[in-house]
Amino acid sequence: MTSQGPILQISDVSLVFGGVRALSDVSFSVQPGELFSIIGPNGAGKTSMLNCVSGRYTPTSGTVSFKGQDVTGLKPNDRAELGIGRTFQNLALFGHMNVLDNIMVGRHHLLKNNVFNGPLYWFGGAQKEELEHRRFCEDVIDFLEISHIRKATAGTLSYGLRKRVELARAVALRPDLILLDEPMAGMNLEEKEDMARFIIDLNEEWGMTVVMIEHDMGVVMDISNRVMVLDFGRKIAEGLPDEVMANKHVKKAYLGEEDDDTDDDEQVA
Amino acid sequence: MAGFSMRPCGDFRTTYRQDTRIFDTTVVRNAAVLGVIAVALIPFVLDGYYVNLFIQISYFAIAALGLNILVGFTGQISLGHAAFFGFGAFASAWINNTTGIPVLLSIPLAGLMTAAVGLLFGLPAARIKGLYLAIATLAAQFILEDFFARAEWFTGGSYGAAANPINVFGYEIYDDFSFFYVCLFFLVVMYLLGTNLMRTRDGRAFVAVRDHYLSAEIMGINLTKYRLMSFAVSSFYAGVGGAMYGHYLGFVSAEGFTILLSIQFLGMIIIGGLGSVKGTLMGTVFMVLLPEVMESGVSALSVFDWASSTDVTDGLAYIKEMAIGLAIILFLIFEPDGLAHRWQQIRAYWKLYPFSY
Repeated sequence: MTSQGPILQISDVSLVFGGVRALSDVSFSVQPGELFSIIGPNGAGKTSMLNCVSGRYTPTSGTVSFKGQDVTGLKPNDRAELGIGRTFQNLALFGHMNVLDNIMVGRHHLLKNNVFNGPLYWFGGAQKEELEHRRFCEDVIDFLEISHIRKATAGTLSYGLRKRVELARAVALRPDLILLDEPMAGMNLEEKEDMARFIIDLNEEWGMTVVMIEHDMGVVMDISNRVMVLDFGRKIAEGLPDEVMANKHVKKAYLGEEDDDTDDDEQVA
Repeated sequence: MAGFSMRPCGDFRTTYRQDTRIFDTTVVRNAAVLGVIAVALIPFVLDGYYVNLFIQISYFAIAALGLNILVGFTGQISLGHAAFFGFGAFASAWINNTTGIPVLLSIPLAGLMTAAVGLLFGLPAARIKGLYLAIATLAAQFILEDFFARAEWFTGGSYGAAANPINVFGYEIYDDFSFFYVCLFFLVVMYLLGTNLMRTRDGRAFVAVRDHYLSAEIMGINLTKYRLMSFAVSSFYAGVGGAMYGHYLGFVSAEGFTILLSIQFLGMIIIGGLGSVKGTLMGTVFMVLLPEVMESGVSALSVFDWASSTDVTDGLAYIKEMAIGLAIILFLIFEPDGLAHRWQQIRAYWKLYPFSY
């Protein structure tokens, strides 16, 4: 139903905490089917940006529109129903549930059984519905290659597996837009390769639009369609990966190197 | 659920239906069915004392399951559970006395009324958590206690309210023998409903809210809705348990529903295991039987000459109270995860014997 226009449109978003300006007038848009990365040094406001999209923060000013609809004032759970899923930078699994239940929670907004017919299980159709959704969850489990830990308690898993389960949980939402906050942080090379493959598959085969924050430049430059760079809450560059890499503001933000070009934020580095 | 499977070799599951059963294996299920049948035979085999104990266990266990849904599964806290328990008792008597709706129906209706009251007193939970919420629910306890004393139209005030016996198809249930089966029926039904709730959408949402409310919200769970719903479900169970208590005694008075009982409910679920349906039952059995066991231990001592003087028997009564406290403390130190966890350990031991892994 959304053929025309950007799937995500951020217009002049600012976010202020007391005296701290986490974001200053950031605007960008993401087209359907894109794999869009946000990069920037620590504290640049990347996660704040993602929180504004997923609804954990409400921007101080500016608007967030999703599929042409203004979602700025909506709560996170309403945005999830519209089709925004996300993973967290710091692991946020439901630690005492098993992996399968964690993923089934992702189906929450698609399931219809409730506190009245759920307890009647065998009679109100709840069982049938649960099993249908279980089938979808198993597809996600197969896709992310976590079938061996399906019944393990999420809190007992290793870091790399937990990251993968978190991705599975977000995928189970069947979102149109998936926000990934540092999906590869703290992983070894092999795990990173796996994760990069999953992200590309999600984007190309599952048809999800991906917005990703990542620090590993190699991965970002390899798999992104477009890249945006934030520094101190401001957008300093946006474009194709190669263009961004060549941008002198970006180099300065990351490396702080002396440029013959004059700019007023030399003290930044 | 433990990280490893307790299934025997060769028990392969080929459908999701098999994999979502309440009981792990057919052996366990059959054992549970046999257990229920064995319990059903109690009135024929054992005397009235044990029947009475079972009846106590069943109404407390139903109410305690409600508290466990709130505290153990949703991670909230309530110090006012006894007040909801009492409200259910009064509500059922009131419905039955004023409208003539049969008791068997007025019990669940009282549950629904209590759920509405629980929803009201759960409203602070939309905003506050932890110790602050505990104090807010403490207010519920005292407000309702005061209400019981003052609302004469509803509770009969200081006189209390008469609760009619259960009437099944024109047959009135006065004695423990028949009431026992009513209790068994409600106990099994309420525990099945609770178990089913926890394996469907809203039960998972409760646990999600407990484990990580921020990501629960991102997953599309409306936090306010589920926090309040948890209070409502919890109060429903308390109301049903309370209504059974009222109709069992035949008379409801406000004195019984103090904060002491609220804390006993908390004791039941902590000892049984927070976040475990079967643990709730175990904890209730433990809390109801412990004083009885201590009592019989003390009376067994009275065969000795030195224990027959009044000084000693008085002392033993105190020792009994202290021993109950001590048992609970020791329990919390050595088995903080509750009886349900210990049961899991015992099963694992037998399953894996002679290896411990």
